[in-house]
Amino acid sequence: MSEPLGPPVEDRRAIVRDALGVGAATGLYGVSFGAVSVAAGLSVAQTCALSLVMFTGASQFALVGVLAGGGSALAASAAALLLGTRNTLYGLRVATLLQMGGARRAGAAQLLIDESTAMTVARSTRAGARTAYLWTGGSVFVLWNLFTLLGALGGTAIGDPRTYGLDAAVGGAFLALLWPRLAGPRARVIAVLAAAVAIGAVPLTPAGVPVLAAGGVALLAGLLTPGRRPERRPT
Amino acid sequence: MIWAAVLGAGVGCYLLKLAGLSVPPQVLEQPLVSRVADLIPVALLAALVAVQVLADGSRLVLDERAAGLGAAVVLLVLRAPFLVVVAGAALTAALLRLVGG
Repeated sequence: MSEPLGPPVEDRRAIVRDALGVGAATGLYGVSFGAVSVAAGLSVAQTCALSLVMFTGASQFALVGVLAGGGSALAASAAALLLGTRNTLYGLRVATLLQMGGARRAGAAQLLIDESTAMTVARSTRAGARTAYLWTGGSVFVLWNLFTLLGALGGTAIGDPRTYGLDAAVGGAFLALLWPRLAGPRARVIAVLAAAVAIGAVPLTPAGVPVLAAGGVALLAGLLTPGRRPERRPT
Repeated sequence: MIWAAVLGAGVGCYLLKLAGLSVPPQVLEQPLVSRVADLIPVALLAALVAVQVLADGSRLVLDERAAGLGAAVVLLVLRAPFLVVVAGAALTAALLRLVGG
């Protein structure tokens, strides 16, 4: 049995509000994907199908990037799938928090992305985790698909999301989620190592791989260090 | 061929997500697996911060995003709520671009 620890009730409205904030900041980025994808030679329908079916930004950008660079459909698919393995790791982490089965799990799986995982692991109760997961993933899904369509239809009218600092907003959101997890020297060392590995991998690997490589740091640290605290502490 | 890649890789990416969520609880309760699963968020979030702030395609650049992250650090030290931190980072970068651009 792994009943969640922590306070029995979390502020649901606060969780939803935070989720919608992240959803808006991330979803608006669909504009850039839509524009990039059409510029790379995909049709509007293909572009929208990617956001609906694949729904994981790094893989989508990788697929259209490889195609735009003259790569084969097979190479483009391989790049997208390699980056998609990141979500499998995320699934390992959130599965115990969400405890969903059957059709619910099959539906929820589509919402398993960077942002929904980050918001979910920050919660200390199962209800809070489910709320964070569904609202973050759901709001990103709706807005990402809407803005993909707008971007594909020539959304340059909306302008570059960077004008509004949305790229910095996403970095700030990730940092705010990381912050409370940095208690203790072990977490800090792992965070610094992971960031260093990711930065080192940026010039050498396609988008998405640096984060995957940093996941290797967690794997190595888990293998090489003994478990010092047997109790689970889902912050 | 493009449609094959779009739909094939799309469905493949969905199955990768479902696979992660479908690992049986007994596996997750193994000490090694649970230890790694606890460390993964710290590593992934740290990497996401670094990549989000410093990467521009395959180049590393120090630009307004770093200033935004600096603002986020200050706000976190001041214990500001989540959305204030996020908005502060965006506003800082947007204002610097407005002034600089």
